[in-house]
Amino acid sequence: MSSETRFGAYEPVIGIEIHVQLQTKSKMFCTDSTAFASGDNECVCEVCTGMPGALPTVNRTAIEYAVKTGLALGCTIREKSVFSRKQYFYPDLPKGYQISQFDLPLCENGRVEFFHDGKKKSIEIIRAHVEEDAGKSTHQGDCSLINLNRASVPLLEIVSGPDLRGPEEAAEYARTVHKMVQYLEICDGNLEEGSFRCDCNVSVRKRGDPKFGTRVEIKNINSFRFVEKAIEYEILRQIDAVESGEKIRQETRLYDPDKNRTFAMRSKEEAHDYRYFPDPDLLPLVLNKPEIEALRAKLPEMPLARAARFQAEYKLPEYDSQVLTAEKDLADYFEKVVRASGNAKAASNWVMTELLRELNDSKKTVNQSPISAEHLGEMIALIDKGTISGKIAKTVFAEMWTSGKAPELIVKEKGLVQITDTSAIEKSIDEVLAANPKELADYRGGKEKLFGFFVGQVMKATKGQASPDLVNQLLKAKLKG
Amino acid sequence: MANSKSDSSPSATPGSPRLDKSAVAKVAELSRLKLSDAELESISQQLSMVLANFEQLAEVNTQDVEPMVTPTDLTLRLREDRVERREPAEAFLENAPDRSGNLFKVPPVVG
Amino acid sequence: MMDLTFATCSEVGRAVRNRKVSAVEVTRHFLKRIGELDPKIGAFTTVNSRAEAQAAEVDARLARGEAVGPLAGVPIAIKDLLCTKGLRTTASSKILANFIPPYSATVVRRLEDAGAICIGKTSLDEFGMGSSNENSAFGSVKNPWNPEFVPGGSSGGSAASVAARMALASIGTDTGGSIRQPSSFCGLFGIKPTYGRVSRYGIIAFASSLDQAGPMALSTEDAALILEVISGRCERDSTSADVSVPLFSQQITDQVKGLRIGLPKQYFAEKMDDDVERVTRESIDALKKRGAILVDVELPLVKYAVPVYYLVATSEASSNLARYDGMRFGHRSKNAAKGELDDLYSSSRGEGFGPEVKRRIMLGTYALSSGYYDAYYQKASQVRRLIRDEFSRAFSQCDVILSPVCTSPAFKIGERINDPLSMYLNDIFTTSTNLAGLPGMSVPAGFSKDGLPIGVQLMAPHFEESRLFNVSSALEKDLGAAKSRRPHVI
Repeated sequence: MSSETRFGAYEPVIGIEIHVQLQTKSKMFCTDSTAFASGDNECVCEVCTGMPGALPTVNRTAIEYAVKTGLALGCTIREKSVFSRKQYFYPDLPKGYQISQFDLPLCENGRVEFFHDGKKKSIEIIRAHVEEDAGKSTHQGDCSLINLNRASVPLLEIVSGPDLRGPEEAAEYARTVHKMVQYLEICDGNLEEGSFRCDCNVSVRKRGDPKFGTRVEIKNINSFRFVEKAIEYEILRQIDAVESGEKIRQETRLYDPDKNRTFAMRSKEEAHDYRYFPDPDLLPLVLNKPEIEALRAKLPEMPLARAARFQAEYKLPEYDSQVLTAEKDLADYFEKVVRASGNAKAASNWVMTELLRELNDSKKTVNQSPISAEHLGEMIALIDKGTISGKIAKTVFAEMWTSGKAPELIVKEKGLVQITDTSAIEKSIDEVLAANPKELADYRGGKEKLFGFFVGQVMKATKGQASPDLVNQLLKAKLKG
Repeated sequence: MANSKSDSSPSATPGSPRLDKSAVAKVAELSRLKLSDAELESISQQLSMVLANFEQLAEVNTQDVEPMVTPTDLTLRLREDRVERREPAEAFLENAPDRSGNLFKVPPVVG
Repeated sequence: MMDLTFATCSEVGRAVRNRKVSAVEVTRHFLKRIGELDPKIGAFTTVNSRAEAQAAEVDARLARGEAVGPLAGVPIAIKDLLCTKGLRTTASSKILANFIPPYSATVVRRLEDAGAICIGKTSLDEFGMGSSNENSAFGSVKNPWNPEFVPGGSSGGSAASVAARMALASIGTDTGGSIRQPSSFCGLFGIKPTYGRVSRYGIIAFASSLDQAGPMALSTEDAALILEVISGRCERDSTSADVSVPLFSQQITDQVKGLRIGLPKQYFAEKMDDDVERVTRESIDALKKRGAILVDVELPLVKYAVPVYYLVATSEASSNLARYDGMRFGHRSKNAAKGELDDLYSSSRGEGFGPEVKRRIMLGTYALSSGYYDAYYQKASQVRRLIRDEFSRAFSQCDVILSPVCTSPAFKIGERINDPLSMYLNDIFTTSTNLAGLPGMSVPAGFSKDGLPIGVQLMAPHFEESRLFNVSSALEKDLGAAKSRRPHVI
């Protein structure tokens, strides 16, 4: 049911803040490694532990990644942006403030487009700004333990406008951004490890009401399915509350996937006063137009554009184009297959059916495929050249999947080359006809259905290696007698 | 905004304390400073005097003046994305008032 | 053997490099003086127990024929606001009473690379907040010229250590006058460099956009030599300037003929002590005699420098000092309610910070808080720009600006401690230099009737420290008679 009717007289209003962890080698404001899977506090220094006198320096790659993402989101890049301090006390925030951006963010006024329910949606991006991550606290009853390996890892916070109107649409928006950052290769996109975090702002209002309702922020959502479910739950909770005359409290809630509900975070009533001000340790970040344009020139083709090109260039149906561009790696793989085979239609068929099935069954990503794109392309070329039949190709494909060997090698080793020698095939046909005199007589008596029977017998006799075309052709001639 | 006071600017009633004790207590909470009653009292008096003196800034016309943070005209230099390891974890935990292994130990954080 | 007590840094550095005297001998001499004199002065928070070992290393390097820098074996006292690896660094605060940094400030590393010996860490007003050195968790410091008087602040321990010849020079820091005012009170050459000239890395921040470290020394040449060593771009400080560093000490000239000396009318209109006025006039006369051209300049906005300064400095400080929370280092209260995080924060900070620091954190937090930001922090930052622009215009008419450092010579210990506003207003001549990012220098120029030193202040455009050294050198020669006087402790 579409969200337009499902929530009756109410209209949900949803905006999403996405925190994208930028995939740099070193941290945002210091030179420690971002490979924080290492031991406790092994990736820390005086800067990210907030020790006296330590000062931040800005990672160039993080800025470049942020600009590229901003450009891909259609944002205007500020030629002069400013880092500000967001101040609050929390044990995982070593300096007592987070270096972020406030009134002068790096990227502003963008737009993200995607298809949902067969319609093109266009969602406003209010801003995207660079900031540092906090550390990690582990709660242990009477104490909390603080690990600062994650502290100061670069994040890009992408803030959408309150343009989303339903849980599915919201999840689709998040998936679209996720797809984009992977296309840009600026984020590993791992939701479970927190490299891509969605905070959803949800409110409801009576349909037609120009005013927004009180919004609630939902944090801690680590999959797109949960984005959908958490928002769904929250919308229904708010509608219930409004219906029973309760006031919605502006608060932060957490989503519990086990219970499929959201619950209010325990926090003090005190309103936050973050006392943002420009960080005097960092000068304004100035990027000139040529620098920004140079980064624009390096942007890869984004998913929507690529799907459109696949339709035009490879004459693929819309659906196939979307499936093949869902992941950048898959689209890259497909295009390599096209290049190696010279046959886009066949490449699309093999990738979408055989390859995706095998990958799904074995829970592998396309990058983990034992069959390289080049090999798959070569295999398709072998079919097109008539070296192997489509049927044999399935055997070759299966062998490629298990051994990873090149198709030509497999064909050679297993003797799978198609028999195109007419005398050899004629010999097999003669033997089959001699061995089946009754069927031969019936056929010649008008039972033409038996043609398939003879083809099968000949193929069996040649272990499936005879060229089906030749078998057809020669058999017809012989049967006429 | 120049010389005209916005709604949010502090009360300019002459002679009245700009920061009464309850306002001082709020600022102390925001600053995470536990202050005795006597301290709240004296800080309220001293800061009110100081702010009364600072009120003279309102005379200066600052219309269209861009605030200045850093006094020299420099722009930010960016650092290349390279990992440099300086000291082992221990160096940054040695000064910790309390720890558990290589983690900082603190009172329970409210979820 | 040379008289180490009254030698200069360059003399000692030369003697050590020429192996006329060993670095160890020099270090022992000054450690002995510290042992004898400091109980009466209280200039040091920590004496470096490894100083002799470091000196021995300098000697060993020289024995091996390695090149050692111009400060070989020179004992330098470091304000206890600069982090020193493995050596306690306190900011004169209870909250850092036992803090031992695992890193050194860039300034300290550069001094050590030039062969200097960090003889010890000197007392200051807690976190650099004050102008009398009475706001120290480790007790007040006495002025070596008269122990009833303050040495000035916040770099009071630095000034006292050098005036009493317990070190040959000291590194101070200056946020609103903290190098220049104690230099004036203790008869030293003290320079606050252009903002960005010296790396702030590893220097405990008071107000990031105002703080600069600089030398406090016994001669113009020493101040120039040390500044030359510690200056220059630092990869770890984004605000350090990528501007070439002249060899200041080798370019000093006392020729000031034709140099335009600006005299800001508004400064001289301030109420000031008669001795200060007299000494300032004498300095101006001396320069005039040498052919300098005197120019009246207008700086009408400097009367707002004190409020602008205190709003900017305390706002930044309230944020810079948030990291002292008892979580990862520093004082953690034992009196907080068990398991109560917020109470632990407030108790640790309430116990760890002294009254002046708390006052300033409160003022700064207020100035940045919702509803007050525009009227206080933002307004101050706007006026700050106007003040800087005003200085730029003044410097189109003159090369150097001369003014008093303070309205008075050193005052008595305890005299002003309970009146923060009058203490703040005393910073009228020094704070505008920091607001505008200009280099400023205090040069010994005479004495009060009571025999206390008085300095004059010189200011120059951004990165024109050389001009200050030239004028300082001229004054040093002409007013040199004053130098023959010695603090009473010596």
